[in-house]
Amino acid sequence: MTENAQSPHNAMLVAPIRRRSKMTRLWRALRKAPPSAWFGLIVIVVYIFTAIFAPLLAPYSETELIGGAFEPWGGKFILGTDQLGRDMLSRMIYGARNTVGIAFLTAILSFVLGGALGLTAAISGRWIDQLLSRSVDVLMSIPPLIFALVLLSIVGSSVPNLIIIMAVLDSTRVFRLSRSVAQGVVVMDYVEAARLRGEKLPWIMRREILPNIMPPLVAEFGLRFCFVFLTISALSFLGLGIQPPTADWGSMVRDNAALITYGDITPLLPAGAIALLTVSVNLVVDWFLHKTSGLRE
Amino acid sequence: MNPVLRTVLQRLGLGIATLFVVSIIISLTIELLPGDFAKAVLGQAATPETVAAFQHSVGLDQSPVVRYFKWVGGILQGDFGESYASAGSLAGHRRLVADMIGPRLLNTLFLASAAALIAVPLSLVLGMMAALYRNSIFDRAVNVISLTAISSPEFFLAYILIMFLAVKFPIFISLASITPGMPFLDRLYAIVLPTLTLVLVILAHMMRMTRAAIINLLASPYIEMSRLKGATPKQIIMRHALPNAWAPIVNVIALNLAYLVVGVVIVEAVFTYPGIGQLMVDAVSKRDQPVVQGCALVFAMTYILLNLLADIVTIVSNPRLLHPR
Repeated sequence: MTENAQSPHNAMLVAPIRRRSKMTRLWRALRKAPPSAWFGLIVIVVYIFTAIFAPLLAPYSETELIGGAFEPWGGKFILGTDQLGRDMLSRMIYGARNTVGIAFLTAILSFVLGGALGLTAAISGRWIDQLLSRSVDVLMSIPPLIFALVLLSIVGSSVPNLIIIMAVLDSTRVFRLSRSVAQGVVVMDYVEAARLRGEKLPWIMRREILPNIMPPLVAEFGLRFCFVFLTISALSFLGLGIQPPTADWGSMVRDNAALITYGDITPLLPAGAIALLTVSVNLVVDWFLHKTSGLRE
Repeated sequence: MNPVLRTVLQRLGLGIATLFVVSIIISLTIELLPGDFAKAVLGQAATPETVAAFQHSVGLDQSPVVRYFKWVGGILQGDFGESYASAGSLAGHRRLVADMIGPRLLNTLFLASAAALIAVPLSLVLGMMAALYRNSIFDRAVNVISLTAISSPEFFLAYILIMFLAVKFPIFISLASITPGMPFLDRLYAIVLPTLTLVLVILAHMMRMTRAAIINLLASPYIEMSRLKGATPKQIIMRHALPNAWAPIVNVIALNLAYLVVGVVIVEAVFTYPGIGQLMVDAVSKRDQPVVQGCALVFAMTYILLNLLADIVTIVSNPRLLHPR
């Protein structure tokens, strides 16, 4: 953005190469990034890679019983086996796909829902805004984990239920943020102009408002993902989230927790995998916020 | 009327209204969502007759409105209804939800207040120090550690503590089971590890928020003004910063105590502590709706009360409201 603003004719002349200049800009920003952000980015890339290529990386299947229960590390099973005799390493790898994938889907759904409603409230104002805001206030006055437990006790635990419930509960936070940042943009003259020339609500949202509120929303996406990821893991740990035999880090901790009393650190691995990803996302979000808002502490 | 009093009363009214709406939501979610309780409680093999008898005995055959008012009316008199587990079994042993929640709520409050008593003063001191010595090694170390603690799931911290303090070096016990007749010191000893976990979780949150609040405050123009006119650091903090800092600090405390409400569910599960969180999780997996609803209402009530308290303290401690022009 800043480069184009400094040399407007340059951007006009070299329009076809703009894409490349974007890449170089990204690369330049990355080179200046602090080591913490680099660490975070690398960890995230490794997780994504593991999630996508899980079937190729895992030595065994995620559900097959291939050994005795609780076999020690080393030999045929690098990280031993779990309480039923399934390969721990394979389940860890598939867990990246299942746990992270489900949390990611939930965060996206929550963003689409909360973002759309938040923008609608900000643009329409009046009673629509009042109605939506007050409903969100009420939903937010119940702790999300508790609300999720109530809903899960009614509909039962399954992956689609889990995704929908968490997305709806989490979208309240997205609603608040997108509404408040959009309110600053809605009063701008160019939005008024678009409205006067008769553009419809979705067009104004997408073309006039969304591009201007992107940075805080992207940062928020990282934080929301962390929150959803931790909550779903917590629910799975309680035995009420992702159900067996799907390999999932939260329930793997619960299933193998007995090992800890023998001084075996196996149950800490899935828990650590969860923590590492959240720390990394947080580090990247911190860096991103610094870059985009010039936020100084 | 005094503006402070008026605002406080407004907030109180709003809090009660919220609680009322929340109770409606908790009781109505059953109607809005599909779910066959009789089958879930009695098993798939239940005959239509037993299902009908069960629905009649727990009142599922009545209209939602009637059921809601019966439920709320009961709660106002301290009766949370009867557990499905006892309504399903034909033996006459009745289990009242209030009897199940009562003692466990006390246990949970014991655990949560122990954690709060340690975490609140500690985090305020650490947060203020981090803010005053901003960008020092101390500040950075505190920042990295607290970020890690926030990002870790509660059960990760809990198992690490068990690993080191109960297994490798058996100083404390990993099972925090407490019984009614236990002496006070034994109780304290039993809850050391769960308390420590909760302290770690909210300490990090509170510290970061306190630090941000203080830094925000120290950057405001009137602090710079007092510094320019030659006030000593002590004067700046005591006379200019603190009166305005109370509101954000109390807000931070209340928000995190509300966060304890959620953290407690997981920590109780790890240490098998007989608290209300455990009760709720068990009830959810058994789909024992009256117990789930009762627990949810208690949790929501605590959460709303704490937020209300934060609001009121913010209003009462606001210098601009206290000294109106």
